[in-house]
Amino acid sequence: MIQAALVIGFASVGVATLFCLLRLVKGPDAVDRVLALDTLVTNAVALIMLLGIAQATAIHFEAALLIAMMGFVGTVAFCKFMLRGDVIE
Amino acid sequence: MNGSLALIGEALVALLILLGSFFMLVGSFGLLRLPTLMQRLHAPTKATTLGVGGILIASMLYFLFTTGRLSIHELLITLFLFLTAPVSAYMLAKAHLHRSRAEPTLPNTGRPAGWATFDPQAEAADPEEGLRPQGTSSHARQP
Amino acid sequence: MLARLFPHPLLSLVIVAVWVLLANGPAASSLAMGLLLGLVLPLLTRPFWPERPRVRAPLTVIEYGLIVLFDICVANLQVAYLILFRRPESLRSRFVVVPLDTRVPEAIVTLAGTITMTPGTVSCDVSADGRALLVHALDVDDPDRLVATIKGRYERRLVEIFG
Repeated sequence: MIQAALVIGFASVGVATLFCLLRLVKGPDAVDRVLALDTLVTNAVALIMLLGIAQATAIHFEAALLIAMMGFVGTVAFCKFMLRGDVIE
Repeated sequence: MNGSLALIGEALVALLILLGSFFMLVGSFGLLRLPTLMQRLHAPTKATTLGVGGILIASMLYFLFTTGRLSIHELLITLFLFLTAPVSAYMLAKAHLHRSRAEPTLPNTGRPAGWATFDPQAEAADPEEGLRPQGTSSHARQP
Repeated sequence: MLARLFPHPLLSLVIVAVWVLLANGPAASSLAMGLLLGLVLPLLTRPFWPERPRVRAPLTVIEYGLIVLFDICVANLQVAYLILFRRPESLRSRFVVVPLDTRVPEAIVTLAGTITMTPGTVSCDVSADGRALLVHALDVDDPDRLVATIKGRYERRLVEIFG
């Protein structure tokens, strides 16, 4: 049962990642692209956790946590750059 | 007895995985489908956060049922995402307002001051100055 | 003496909790390391935290947390419905201004975060004097009722908590 759910889960998160990539390529404005990157990071965290369940290991946890943190810092830095033309003033 | 419990646990984990990935899909679909950026901002902040939350809780339950030990560190990612999603949404909205020069299209603040993104004073001044009553800010001296 | 050792008891508590979560279980060793960090870090970073946020009503914090958690679930279903089953052109999106009664920064930050996570709204900006929030609503027919909900459901409790 879990195996079947995992297959569907992997498929739908993969399709979600594809949607984000489309928006990343299309996105009329730079803000759109940053938003797409932010969502891409969240999708990556979900994929890593699904992989952890599929392999029955907790070894990927730190990677997921670090990617989530880097994604947040990256988004804020990008926005700061667009707002002020500089990241650290 | 143990068999039926394991079955319920398995069903619960499977359900949470399906629910989480469904919300991930909806969030990214909204990102692709909605026409304006402010509308697109709604989809990932809400749907995606709950999607990841569902998958993380599924992982928690899965390790509880297979190893019998409560695995709590997934809570950390869930908590982190719930705390940071509003902040990045706020920053993205500010960047969008700034870049599209949207000030004339915004409603009035109902106050003498304008919105912070467009107010030249707000960036220059200490952001806490307007909020804290003067004189109470006691900067801690080194003992 | 105790106040000198723990200038920010809440911060120390959060550090211990995060460390235990990171170590994945309240083993004695991780608890000891967490306590050490909870003791040392607030002391080292003391100049950056000149003031201590006051939490007046701890019970209201739990009530508020449960309400927000419930509303996040409702918000997700609502937004999912709007995305999947409504034509994007028929969405009545608009900006709404929420005037603020509270002046406490912690309360304003929590309110802005809550607005973003709950039904169909994202907080976008704050007025330069910190007395009004700019909120974008995905689909709203009665802006006044939305503002009344935000003020009655969230801000009232935050005023109770942070004063």
